[in-house]
Amino acid sequence: MRRRSLAGLVLAGTLLLAACGDDDDSDGSAATTAAPSDTTAAAATGTGNECTAGKTLEEGVLTVATGNPAFEPWVIGDAPESGEGFEAAVAYAVADQLGFAEGNVTWVRTSFDEAIQPGAKNFDFNLQQYSITPEREETVTFSDPYYVSNQAVVGFDDSAAVGATTVADLKGLKFGAQAGTTSLDFILEVIQPDAEPFVYDDNAGAKAALEAKQIDAIVLDLPTAFFVSAVEIEGTKVIGQFPADAGGTTDEFGLLFDKDNPLVECVNEALAALEADGTLDAIEAEWLADYTGAPVITVE
Amino acid sequence: MVTGAGASAPAPAASGLTRRQQFERRQRRRSTLIAALSMTLTVVALVVLVPRAPRWDRVKASFFDAEVFRDSFPRLLDAFVLDIKIFLWSAPCILVIGLALAVTRNTRSPALFPLRAFGALYTDVMRGVPVILWMYLIGFGVPGLGLERPWNSPLLWGSVALVMTYSAYVAEVFRAGIDSIHESQRAAARSLGLTTTQTMRHVVLPQAVRRMVPPLMNDLVSLQKDVALVSLIGPIEILRQAGIDKAKFANFTPYVAAALIFLAVTIPLTRFTDHLLARDRRRTSASAVR
Repeated sequence: MRRRSLAGLVLAGTLLLAACGDDDDSDGSAATTAAPSDTTAAAATGTGNECTAGKTLEEGVLTVATGNPAFEPWVIGDAPESGEGFEAAVAYAVADQLGFAEGNVTWVRTSFDEAIQPGAKNFDFNLQQYSITPEREETVTFSDPYYVSNQAVVGFDDSAAVGATTVADLKGLKFGAQAGTTSLDFILEVIQPDAEPFVYDDNAGAKAALEAKQIDAIVLDLPTAFFVSAVEIEGTKVIGQFPADAGGTTDEFGLLFDKDNPLVECVNEALAALEADGTLDAIEAEWLADYTGAPVITVE
Repeated sequence: MVTGAGASAPAPAASGLTRRQQFERRQRRRSTLIAALSMTLTVVALVVLVPRAPRWDRVKASFFDAEVFRDSFPRLLDAFVLDIKIFLWSAPCILVIGLALAVTRNTRSPALFPLRAFGALYTDVMRGVPVILWMYLIGFGVPGLGLERPWNSPLLWGSVALVMTYSAYVAEVFRAGIDSIHESQRAAARSLGLTTTQTMRHVVLPQAVRRMVPPLMNDLVSLQKDVALVSLIGPIEILRQAGIDKAKFANFTPYVAAALIFLAVTIPLTRFTDHLLARDRRRTSASAVR
């Protein structure tokens, strides 16, 4: 009985929020008008604004999760506390927008599996390049996107993929991808190579397979592709990138929340405000500018 | 039936049962009742209490989602074909190499000492190092030496890694089986004029194999599961496919589906071996003790 009434209360609360909340992020004006009052609240206390009250794990503190380890260029040096790296900077910008002082942001680490497990979560939101998909939204809740990524092809300088200008040039190649990424879906659905792709747990596996010539190229999101080719797998380069809407599969990264966490409404407002005042673009320019220039491979 | 068979000595009472039999029947009824009661209590406790846990809905949605199950099951079944293929071409190699290793270690000629030493070293090293390391070392390392396609296939070298490690495990099972045959059997065979090879082939191995079947099945069932390690070096088999679908749906149900597919193979396999063993026991022992 008690459980049911509690569930009803939560449900009612969520509906109320959904009704009041401004979940249309293109409508930035409403959010920007809200922003100044948020910042004043932040200056006063630094422990959240009226929207976040009672919705965070620990009152007055925003708990943010990222990967273990967190990878560059998303988090520089596996130290999100520094605010360096695209996702670390986004997290602090969102926190600031929500009225949390820098000192009131704590970081925890989770794997992908920990983030989607059914038990209570140990974070308010989790960011580690989670692609927003309708299937995942059955189990967890995503914020509006904070980044839209292109897919890119990485291979050795002598890879058979070098010089490809259309997807047709790639069909005969053997591809590799990281397990559980949208890159794998991209290979299967857009490139549709003749041979079944291979899948690895991490870039170490993909690297070994590239070196053993078991695969010709790997597919990754563009910023990761640049980092991997520059730092992790020597001798490789980003051979090409696909337009963001290639094959109708845009890869949008969202902040991950426990299913139906009401905090997502506040965060969406914050993201809309950051989008509208150019903060998100500035963060992207600061941390990802070196990670976007590669030849474009067209998808017919 | 079982207890009644031998108790025909005193004249039966009016009911057709001796007092002893009546007592035993009461005892049996009592224990059946207790078993039924405790079983019911356990099931009721599980069925009633677990769903009352505060986040049962979430757990149910994360592990037993019918829609995710339906969506991923055909893909998992497809991927399982690869597991079966790897198993089918690896298992015979493992048995042959394992047997060869075991026989090597059982040789007695002083001249063959290097062979015995090699057998011992091989089993020690192969069993002492995790399969996962061999998988990487052989699956990536050997092709990395400069082999060209198709000879650098991860399927090929992944299978080699499985065969190498599992033949060491299986060799130990064979060796234990061979050692369990009493020395007098060898002595008798030799005194009849059989050579050492003939003794092994016609006297020791036929008896040893019977004793080896259950532990061997154990190893084969675990091989069936370790085939999934090949996915570490690229190929998409059932557990990898389940992992991919897990990430796709942010849901663990694909693993449950994969587990059911595994069970559908391993349970009949074990039952079948049990059946073979029971038949064998009936045939070879004069009369079973009840």
